[in-house]
Amino acid sequence: MTNKEEISLVDFLSKLMKKNIREDGRKLLDYRKIEIKTNTLSQANGSARVKLGDTEVFVGVKLGVGTPFPDTPNDGVLMVNAELNPLSSRNFDIGPPSPAAIELARVIDRAIRESNTIDTEKLCITPKEKVWMVFVDIYPVNDGGNLFDAGLLGAIAALKSARFPKYDKKEEKVDHRELTNEKIPLNDEPLMCTFGKIKDIIFVDQTNREEKVAESRLSVGISKSGNVCAMQKGGEGTFTQQEIMDCIKQSQTLSKTLRKYI
Amino acid sequence: MGGKSDKPLLNKGQRLDGRAFDELRPIKIKAGVIKQADGSCELEFGETKVLAAVYGPKKVLPKHLEKSDKAYLSVYYYMAAFSTSERNRPGPSRRSKEISKVIKDSLAPAIHLEKYPQTNISIFIQITNANAGTRTAAINAASVALVDAGIEMKDIVTSVAAGKIENKVVLDLFQDEDNFGQADLPIAIMPRTKEITLLQMDGDMTPEEVDKAIEISIKSCKDIAKLQRQAIITKYKQDDMETKNDK
Repeated sequence: MTNKEEISLVDFLSKLMKKNIREDGRKLLDYRKIEIKTNTLSQANGSARVKLGDTEVFVGVKLGVGTPFPDTPNDGVLMVNAELNPLSSRNFDIGPPSPAAIELARVIDRAIRESNTIDTEKLCITPKEKVWMVFVDIYPVNDGGNLFDAGLLGAIAALKSARFPKYDKKEEKVDHRELTNEKIPLNDEPLMCTFGKIKDIIFVDQTNREEKVAESRLSVGISKSGNVCAMQKGGEGTFTQQEIMDCIKQSQTLSKTLRKYI
Repeated sequence: MGGKSDKPLLNKGQRLDGRAFDELRPIKIKAGVIKQADGSCELEFGETKVLAAVYGPKKVLPKHLEKSDKAYLSVYYYMAAFSTSERNRPGPSRRSKEISKVIKDSLAPAIHLEKYPQTNISIFIQITNANAGTRTAAINAASVALVDAGIEMKDIVTSVAAGKIENKVVLDLFQDEDNFGQADLPIAIMPRTKEITLLQMDGDMTPEEVDKAIEISIKSCKDIAKLQRQAIITKYKQDDMETKNDK
């Protein structure tokens, strides 16, 4: 998109938004249609396929056994990874993870970690030696915007649907072919609401066209209790304190709607 | 591979999943599933699930790869981290690089690359769930995605694998048959002319067995090609309906 096109898109979107209308007919604080399917993949221990309007994301959970970190010898390990694969957008390239992919994974990781979603102590097998490792991998199928909210929704849905594989304590081996009925011990179910800002107008659940011209972005992670568990501001624009507080308040309301889907 | 395992793959002369020796797994094909892409396809061969996207014809980057007389075709095949029983470390591996290359070589003969000089046609293939036959599923999906993208083609490339278990030649191996069987022979053809565009083999087979494996593969490729065509027709009918509704 040339600079000229961008300027006219900003004008077009902001004129509509002043009337509380978005390009796709939504209001400023409406989410697109959400659809979640879980456990559709047999090789993953848990999986979810999230549709958020045009945006579509696969999240898979794999469980493995490894050594705990020396500073937390009794805790299992959570690893969140996101790949902005070029299959899902013409703006993504092959190669090592881009800063955007790393940011996406780390923001989602923070929301899960900081809300103590996973009861990591219960993932200990032998202190200092063997613990369960929880791998959450996020793969967009189509980037129609707002991978943050779709990614965390998918991560939570996949974690909830996951089952442990069989573990032989004597042989110290995981049998990935056999799943037990045991679920991952979860304390919380955080969700995320991400807002965009164009010409001082704030709106939720950006499309990729809105993302392209938005000055700034704010992601708010909300735990089950309604508390904030993670935040991240992105983009080269700014937010005022009042705007941030408004976003948090909106997130508390919006996350209640999102929660119905997991 | 090599048949060294004692794991029985036939139960009273029957395959473990109950299929006939020359029977395919259930196949699902859907075209136009990724809006961002110029063409796309989602395909399932039993529990093997793949996504393919085509971007292009577009500008060639980096520029030195540009060809003055035809399109530069690039194929990128990769497996999602959660697609295998042990987590698959993301990023290119020697295996995925080789498979990307053989897929490219299997599709190139069918594409009118000469009609798109100085451009790049990119194909991205993601294995979402692996249960043997990922490269053949990938080729089937990629050719549907190419047609969906409107790229001019001589034929739709169709692919399947045959193999050998307990000294029997069988079609479309699933995971256990692939892991513990005696041979695996993936093949791709242009069904109209039966020209073979991909052929690989590992394991142990007699020439007669190879012949038979190719024979049953070509036969079933015709069935797969019908499903590929059907998927494209369904997609275009849908598009047609949507445009009518818009009017």
